[in-house]
Formats: sequence, structure tokens, C-alpha cells
Amino acid sequence: MSQEKKQNNIAFVIGASSVGTLIEWYDFYIFGMLATIISKQFFPENAGTAALLSTLAIFAAGFIVRPFGALVFGRLGDLIGRKHTFLLTLIIMGGSTFAIGLVPGYATIGWAAPILVLILRLLQGLALGGEYGGAATYVAEHAPAGQRGFWTSWIQTTATLGLFLALGIIILVRSNQGVEKFSAEWGGWRYPFWISILLVGISILIRMKMSESPMFTKLKTEGKTSANPLKESFGQKGNFKMVLLALFGAVMGQGVVWYTGQFYAQSFIETVCKIDFIQSRNIMLVAILMATPCFVLFGWLSDKVGRKWIMLLGMLLAICTYRPIYQTFLNISNTQNRIDKIDLTNTITSPAKVKVDSKDNTKIYLTQSFDTAYTDGAVFKYIRTDTFQLKGAYNPMLAIDSLNPNIYISKSAKPNVVVEKTLGHHDYWQMIWLVFIQIVYVTMVYGPIAAFLVEMFPTKIRYTSMSLPYHIGNGVFGGLVPFLGTLIVEFTKTSAHPKGDSLAGLWYPIGVAAVSFVIGLIYLTNKIDKNVMD
Amino acid sequence: MNTIKKLAGYVWMLMAPVLILFLLYQANEKISHAAVAVKSNVILQWVIILLVFTPICIGFYIFGSYASKGEYDHLPESSEEV
Repeated sequence: MSQEKKQNNIAFVIGASSVGTLIEWYDFYIFGMLATIISKQFFPENAGTAALLSTLAIFAAGFIVRPFGALVFGRLGDLIGRKHTFLLTLIIMGGSTFAIGLVPGYATIGWAAPILVLILRLLQGLALGGEYGGAATYVAEHAPAGQRGFWTSWIQTTATLGLFLALGIIILVRSNQGVEKFSAEWGGWRYPFWISILLVGISILIRMKMSESPMFTKLKTEGKTSANPLKESFGQKGNFKMVLLALFGAVMGQGVVWYTGQFYAQSFIETVCKIDFIQSRNIMLVAILMATPCFVLFGWLSDKVGRKWIMLLGMLLAICTYRPIYQTFLNISNTQNRIDKIDLTNTITSPAKVKVDSKDNTKIYLTQSFDTAYTDGAVFKYIRTDTFQLKGAYNPMLAIDSLNPNIYISKSAKPNVVVEKTLGHHDYWQMIWLVFIQIVYVTMVYGPIAAFLVEMFPTKIRYTSMSLPYHIGNGVFGGLVPFLGTLIVEFTKTSAHPKGDSLAGLWYPIGVAAVSFVIGLIYLTNKIDKNVMD
Repeated sequence: MNTIKKLAGYVWMLMAPVLILFLLYQANEKISHAAVAVKSNVILQWVIILLVFTPICIGFYIFGSYASKGEYDHLPESSEEV
């Protein structure tokens, strides 16, 4: 084959594999990003069994099932081939995502709603567990020797671009529809799920045109494929010790750096710093867009200088700088730090609005908004809602000012306060810069990892062997970053210090990355395996 | 370097059971202090954490054991060696 034809072929392989993987990531992310709405639509508000199902569906299934998907589809990929296996994972992912968008809410079909959603979420996790290993293996087995890091890094961009696509579509639909319409039972939040079937359909058509990996085809022709990939991967000490080394010396650290940079950062900016919904997502979108080319840069660089040092440097930088970065997030959004910047001419207290409870006309919600403007262009909005139980039915003629203890029986002891901070130009770009730095760390650890994993394992059990550590490292260690980070902050809350230490949650990713860094430093080799045909 | 690899192996072997004990201690403490309304959910969360991390800690112990026996002194350079 001529050089030009080879280049075209590899470009097609990359494009076809990447589009499918990107869509799978998109499908996986929209569920997580819409988790708040999903839990309201599919689960009743009271605690108990519903809360248990909600926890399982939203918190657990997304990550626990991924290693199982890796085992099921990895085995299949080593037995029947890469192409058909990751075509299957794409169909399962697309089908289950589309189906989530069709499930009626709890208000319509009761308990069937959360059960169906849980099952579909499990299918999503299984499919994702099978997809990545297949795509990375497939591309690596097509890539020319000496360029494996560069070509597989395109697959690595898909996880971030999938997040970008999911964020973009959600923002677009929400901005067009408004919050209320978007959050209704059959509202706009379902559109991202429905759009998935179109994307998956296109991707299936593209993937159907792909041929099987040349290395797998060769093994199959020679009758050298594995008869029992699971046994050969994890039952033989020689390979199992490499699985453990891949997990603890690289993927575990990579997983926490990835999830901290892309998910914990967003959660922190939104829930701790209280940055406005749209602005916090825009910060993520711009930072992701700016940092994404670095995946390819570090993938390419890893072909020149080796995979190990780039990944370890990414981990080390993350370990050393996470706390200062998140401290700066807090400083930027802290009200106390900007008292001298208050712009009194634009600071507004809006008139109170009354909303009567839809089921009880003696219950009303009184909402008042206080907007504090600052000279740097920032606006911090405090929306306070008090709930009143009136002595009789609400009278719309009643002046709101007359809400005094004589006309209500009780008032909520603790008002519901929503804080939405919109940053000024300078602070907005500073936050983007700080998220960008974290995503550059992600690109350092994640860009070369596909090539690194592919080179560690033999062709006949590669799909199985690399998928499991990848999904334990990313699905479990990484996927748990937001949950464990929040849990650790909860541990630091005391009666004397009710807000706790907002930065304490970072000890989890820092600790895991530090252990992984030490293991990688001591045990990993920087040697690039030129021959992955064996 | 191989001596460091072996000695560090004992550290990983020690860390694995310590981590499991730490998680068990935390689970017990958090479940016993959880409010009645959310207790079942807290139990579920900790059961999931323990179910997920216990096998990983066992894997970490095995990794340490391999390291302490010198299994990583020389990494395979081809699939035949694996």
C-alpha cells in the first residue's frame, strides 16, 4: 500500500473509531449532567426505597458496572474481534440512552419509572466498559510503529469532546426553552437523549464500513486467538502482575486527575463557589476547548520521549497544585474579599413575589431577590424563599407587606437561599485559566495512556487485559472523586465549623495520585514497545 | 533499585489491610451517626464503597506481594515473556 493510502486508511480508522467513542461518552455524560432533573422526574421526593434506587441509578451503576462491561466485552473482543464488539457496545449505549428519554416520569407510571431507568443506566455502564478498550486497541493495532501515541491520542480526545458536546447541547436546549419548560416531565431535558439515536445511527453506518484489526485478523487466520481470554488475562501470573501494575502505577492516578479536572472542578465551581449555572458551564466549555489539542500534543510527544515521564509529570503537577488552584477558586468567589468593590448604584433588592402551593392554597412561598453588583462587573444574586402557612386561603388582594404574624400560623424556620454568582470579566477568565491548567494535566496523564496500555499486553488478550484496569482506574477511582470528595468535606464539618473545610475533598485525588506516582516512578519502564504484533 | 522495589512491596502489603480497616471503621461510624430518614441510603452507599474497594485492596496486597518477591525487578519486553 502506498504511503498516502496508508495515511488515508489510518485517518479513516481514527475518524470512525473516534466518532463512535465520542458518542458513547456523550451518552454517558448527559445522564450525569441531568442527574438533578432525572431524580426529580423518575423518583418520588420522599426518602426510603426511592432514594435507594436513585442512589443506585445515579451514583453507583454508572461506575460499578464499567469494569464488568470491560470483562464481558473485552472477552468478546478477544474472541470474535474488535470491530463487531465495539459495534455492539455502540448499539447498546445508543439504544439505552434513547430509551431513557422515552421513559415516562414517576408521576405517570410510578415505580416502573425508576426501575426502568436503573436498568438502562446499568446497560449504559456495561456498554461504556466495553467500548473504550475496543476503540483504543483497534486504533493502536492499525497505527504505524513509532506513531502509536500520536494516533491513539485522537481516541483520548473523545472523552473530553463527548463532555463538551453534552454540555453544549444541554446549554443550547436549556437557553432556548427556559428553566421551567426544560425541567418539565416531557421537557427539553429529554432532547439530548433523543438526539443520541441520530448520532449513534450515523456512527453505526460509519463503523459498518470498517474492517477488522489487521493483527486480530492475522491471529484468527493462524488460529492463535485466545480460547479463554479471562483465564489468560487474570489467571496467569505473568499477565496478571502487569494488569496490577497498569492499574496501580498509572491508571489509578490518571483516573483521579481526569475526574478532578473535568468533573470535580465543575461541581466545585457550581456548588461550593456558587457560580451561575450557565457561566460555570461556559467556564468548563472554553477551558476544555482550549486544552483539547494538548491530548494530541502529549500523545505525539510520548512517541518521542516515552509515555512514563509525561504521565508522571502530569500527576506530580496535579498533586502539587490542586490545593492552590482550588483556594484561588474560593478567593475569586468569596463575598468578603470584594466588599470594597460593591457598586451601590446597581445593587437592587427586587420586590417580593408570592407563589401559592399547587395543592394547598393556605401555603405560600415568598421569594425575594437581592442583587449585589460589583465594580468589576460581577453580580452576586441571593434568592431567598420563605414558606408561610396561612390562617386561611391566600388572598391575592392582600398586600405582601401585610404578611405579618397575625395572618400566618407558621413560617419556615430556615429559608431556602439560592446563591448565583456571575463573575466579572477578569475573574471569569482567571477561572477559565485555572480549569484549563487542570485539563492540561488531564491531557498529560490521559493522552499517552492508550498507547501505554496497548503496549503492555499481548494481542490475543489485549482487549480484556487493558479494559479492566482502565475501567477500575477511571470508573471506580476516578468516578468516585466527586462523591468521596464531598463525603470528606462532610467529615470536616463540626458544630464550631459548620461549613467544614471546602478543600478537604482534594485529599482523595491527591492521595491516590501520590500513591500511583510513587508506584509508577519505581516500577514502570519508559521503554516504548515498538512491536505490538506479538 | 530492585531493593527499593522489594521494600516498597512490603509497604503496599501493609497499606492494603490498613485501608480496609479504615473503611470499615468509617462505615461503622457514619452509619451509626446517620439520621433515621437517610440511614438506609447511607448504609447502601457504604456497602457499595466496601464492596468496590475491598477487592481492589486485595489486588493491592497481591501487587505488594509480587513486588516484594521481585516479580517487577525485570519487566517483560515481549509477549513471550509475559
